Amino acid sequence: MRVVLAEDLFLLRDGLVRLLRAYDFEIAAAVESGPELDRALTELKPDVAVVDVRLPPTHTDEGLQCALRARRDRPGLPVLVLSQHVEQLYARELLADGSGGVGYLLKDRVFDADHFVDAVRRVAAGGTAMDPQVIQQLLARRAADDRPLARLTPRELEVLELMAQGRSNAAIATHLVVTERAIAKHTSNIFAKLGLEVSDDDNRRVLAVLAYLDHGR
Amino acid sequence: MTIETSGITGGGTGRTRGIARAAVRGLALALVSLPGAVLCLTLSAVSIALIPIGVGIVTTPWVLRGVRVFADWRRLLAAQWGGVRIPPSYRPLPKDANPWARTFGMLADPATWRDLRWLPVDMTAGFLTALLPTVLLLYPVEGFALAIGLWRVFPDGYWYGFVPVTGQASAFGAAALAAVLLLFGHHFAPRLLAAHFALTRAVLGSSQGELAERVRVLTETRQVAVDASAAELRRIERDLHDGAQARLVAMGMDLGTVEMLLDKDPAKAKELLAQARRSSADALAELRDLVRGIHPPVLAERGLGDAVRALALRLPVATEVTVELDGRAQPPVESAAYFAVSEVLTNAVKHADADRIWVDLHHTDGMLRIAVTDNGRGGAVIGAGSGLAGVERRLGTFDGVLAVSSPAGGPTMVTLEIPCALS
Repeated sequence: MRVVLAEDLFLLRDGLVRLLRAYDFEIAAAVESGPELDRALTELKPDVAVVDVRLPPTHTDEGLQCALRARRDRPGLPVLVLSQHVEQLYARELLADGSGGVGYLLKDRVFDADHFVDAVRRVAAGGTAMDPQVIQQLLARRAADDRPLARLTPRELEVLELMAQGRSNAAIATHLVVTERAIAKHTSNIFAKLGLEVSDDDNRRVLAVLAYLDHGR
Repeated sequence: MTIETSGITGGGTGRTRGIARAAVRGLALALVSLPGAVLCLTLSAVSIALIPIGVGIVTTPWVLRGVRVFADWRRLLAAQWGGVRIPPSYRPLPKDANPWARTFGMLADPATWRDLRWLPVDMTAGFLTALLPTVLLLYPVEGFALAIGLWRVFPDGYWYGFVPVTGQASAFGAAALAAVLLLFGHHFAPRLLAAHFALTRAVLGSSQGELAERVRVLTETRQVAVDASAAELRRIERDLHDGAQARLVAMGMDLGTVEMLLDKDPAKAKELLAQARRSSADALAELRDLVRGIHPPVLAERGLGDAVRALALRLPVATEVTVELDGRAQPPVESAAYFAVSEVLTNAVKHADADRIWVDLHHTDGMLRIAVTDNGRGGAVIGAGSGLAGVERRLGTFDGVLAVSSPAGGPTMVTLEIPCALS
């Protein structure tokens, strides 16, 4: 799997390259600025891009803007955005086109190599990987002012949270140490309570959940 | 200031209303200024004259304070009725000074003598300029009344202005003069009132007043800014020292122990490694919070509009944000505005018991205006430990102001204004 990597701090870039290589990714390019990233994304057509939000030359949200631009040109281009902080505002912008294949994680998540690589693979496969912080913020405020979420049991909220991060039923089951059947029951309950149609497609269901969370503000 | 515009641009009826208002206000001013100024001047003269025998020492501060109240009231009227700002420039007096110090402190203040000089001008020229608009509008009434028959009451002749009224013909002459006067009054009444205020400013206002006041405000706000930034630095130092720094030290120690245990007790080493990783994650989280407290990342990356949007997303109350900014303000202004909005929003969430908040940001005429409205229970005031006083002080550094409208029962509207340019 070919990866384009954009990160301006040498140490982190180097570490990410080594980490991804160790997990059998092919590094198509490892760049350190916005314009370079623009070029790499259009010319190299990677399978997935791992992008830092803040990049030179502006040192603002150059990386995010590059990623959004690239996804406009090539809808569904898998992009995993890494950031020193997570903002719902940015998560919304990434999810806005609804075409999947996006991730938005705190840089700290790299510490857990297995989890991080899992997220890269999920995004490359067209799924989502949202940072638990984003999801928690979303759920916290939706629970405060929304009826349907208030009807969920604590366990169902937990499942919804993991689902929204982009985990599959099997992954959720392992995480919560229950059977996959139990999770399937929870998810169908959640969909029923939220009024969403059940679908087998993992990506669609996460997008549906996020779209629901996003909707009606 | 709306008074002036309605007088000039409001068409026929608007103009007539403006003139009538000028006449009524002029009459009110004239009725108050003459006795007020005479009383103030007399009392001041007597009180100051009595200083050598001691009585004046006690009475003078009171009398002069009365004069100031009178002058301040006229300043207020000049601003409200004439749009003329006359900044006061009295020197502050120590509150618990003895009568002796107060008397001579006030007498040493040039503003006091300016007040006293103004009183005779106010009772003469000021009185006339205030009264003329009324006279110019009322005197023609008499002229017209003569023309429609009032002349018969005065069989021996009657002077209307310079017209001797002896019969119907000359009464018509009086009416003609009245018409001219009315035209004149119609044209000049508002300007005469403006002249009154201009005169007041010329005598009562000090060229130094505005500057002195500005210097005082700047000194005060600079002090606040210096104090605030020093406190902020102390807080950052303490947070770094107690938080991230301590965790990194702990992590280093754990790693050192891991190095030692690696061969002897791999299980224990693994445990410590996990602990070290937790410490590093905690240190990062703390640094992140600290950065957010100093300069929020979204603010740095996107500017005020999106930073407030991001802020709104984190609130537990549904918040609508409208942004009309075509550009970015200077970073210190952005930062001050952001933290002000943040504080106001926190207040609204904590105390207002609201279920909707609206934030509106726009920039017009070199002024950044932010309104935060909620549908809560109201009753918010500046001061009373509400945090709004702190916001006001911080905005003061940028000549910004804060206004709160919050009747009990709601809704609450907090408005911030900061003069600044966008780029």
